[in-house]
Amino acid sequence: MQAAIEATGLTKRFGEVTALDGLDLEVPEGTVLGLLGPNGAGKTTAVSILTTLLQPDEGTARVAGIDVIAEPREVRRRIGLSGQYAAVDEVLSGFENLEMIGRLYHLGKERSRARARELLDRFELTEAADRSTKGYSGGMRRRLDLAGALVAEPPVLFLDEPTTGLDPHSRLELWSIIRELVSGGTTVLLTTQYLEEADQLADEILVIDHGRAIAQGTADELKVQVGGERIEATLADVAQLDAARELLAPLAVGDIDADDGSRRIVVPITGGAPVLTDALRRLDAGGVALVDVGLRRPTLDEVFLTLTGHRAEEPSADDAAGASEGLRSEVA
Amino acid sequence: MSAVPQVFADTAVIAKRNVIKIRRVPEVLMFVLVTPIMFVVLFGYVFGNAIQIAGSSYREFLIAGVFAQTVMFGATFTGVGIAEDMEKGIINRFRSLPMSSSAVLAGRTASDVIYNVLSIIVMACTGLLVGWRIRGSLWDALLAFGLLLLFAYSISWVMAYIALIIPSVEVINNASFMVIFPLTFVANTFVPVEDLPEPLQTFAEWNPVSTVTQAARELFGNIPPGTPNPRPGRCSTQSSTR
Repeated sequence: MQAAIEATGLTKRFGEVTALDGLDLEVPEGTVLGLLGPNGAGKTTAVSILTTLLQPDEGTARVAGIDVIAEPREVRRRIGLSGQYAAVDEVLSGFENLEMIGRLYHLGKERSRARARELLDRFELTEAADRSTKGYSGGMRRRLDLAGALVAEPPVLFLDEPTTGLDPHSRLELWSIIRELVSGGTTVLLTTQYLEEADQLADEILVIDHGRAIAQGTADELKVQVGGERIEATLADVAQLDAARELLAPLAVGDIDADDGSRRIVVPITGGAPVLTDALRRLDAGGVALVDVGLRRPTLDEVFLTLTGHRAEEPSADDAAGASEGLRSEVA
Repeated sequence: MSAVPQVFADTAVIAKRNVIKIRRVPEVLMFVLVTPIMFVVLFGYVFGNAIQIAGSSYREFLIAGVFAQTVMFGATFTGVGIAEDMEKGIINRFRSLPMSSSAVLAGRTASDVIYNVLSIIVMACTGLLVGWRIRGSLWDALLAFGLLLLFAYSISWVMAYIALIIPSVEVINNASFMVIFPLTFVANTFVPVEDLPEPLQTFAEWNPVSTVTQAARELFGNIPPGTPNPRPGRCSTQSSTR
């Protein structure tokens, strides 16, 4: 299978900060690559280079077989970009936004209008089509932004944190739209800091941190890489959390994670069900009362913690501003 | 589509978007229409009684200066508009499209001319009400309006450039006041240059706003015959822009 997106040794520095440090990636046609990493890992910079918004300092990249540095405009004809901040014009209506994008893809007036109507219909925005997007909900704006990326029916789609800041319902809605696109043969590169999102949508996950790839594989492979299972128990009484930690320490193969708020303790183990039975006996003997207990495989969050040594944090406003600051100064 | 018509087609699409905005955001339009009236009336009646211009009425002298100042303020909308688009990610969306990238700026500066045409019309009417008269030919007056618009258009591009470097609406708003106030006051807009103290006088003589104002004043015939130019030599060379 041919690669729809391939990049070798992408490096980008903003002054002292190295945003990308020799990143390689490859996305086969018709698949989804999830680019996973915390804020400032270099996800947006990578997307900006692949969508021709930024020039890399080093490295090469081809999208849909075309060199992004040598022929940016040819690349732009074949891609759609839906950004982190829903880039819809607030004063224009949904229809006007899409029509304008169609015109700028040079689809011509008729085709642009027809395509705008089609997309509004598909994303259930027909009713709001002629209203200014200022009154749209967050989910509606994201849908419109995604629709904007699809105007020219691009074979390759870049989605930069498509569901950041969305409520769970809108997130599920957007996921189903993305799945539908992929089943239609679109290649997608998706950045996210939601591990669940990568798990749900991506065929392959590339974990990056400090501008470098630190792990790659399917969600299952990554979980295997971290190894073992987790016993997750919720206690009846938060006061017994320390006691439980002590009782289970001999079984743990890694750090035990205990959380006061949820009264939950997570113990990494190997050996499966017999170890769980053992753990229950120990807790019972120690008089620790349980509300809930189970054996499960590690979550991607835990995978991430193991791989990077830190959690995939929630975005902070400052980080986001700093990241886009770098991009802007480059634009100038 | 070949490259050159494509630039124009893309520019038209962007300009159309901005024109829709002019209609839908009446607050900006209000500001554009009311500010010039305020300037003419304030300066005309506040300064008008304190400043004497030999051989001419101050209000006649003043109007060309207010024109120049107002179109400069009008040009700052370009910077604000582009900074806003940068902040909201719209410029990045445009840049990811196979469109002509210069059209993003060309469309904005083109549509912003509309603001200045509107404020010039309002200012001219207000000026006529407070006693300003066009004493030259109609052709010269039209040339003066054209010159003012061309000047504003070029300032629009400067503002566009600044907005690309500093993409923050607030900063652009404040910075443009800090730049435009000195530029439009330390000039021959509101007082004759020779009344200014020496360092300011030199600045005023070299200030492009003075040149445009002087040219417009001459084209409107607002310099009575027999009145020498504020300064022979350098300044009159500048004012020969016409």
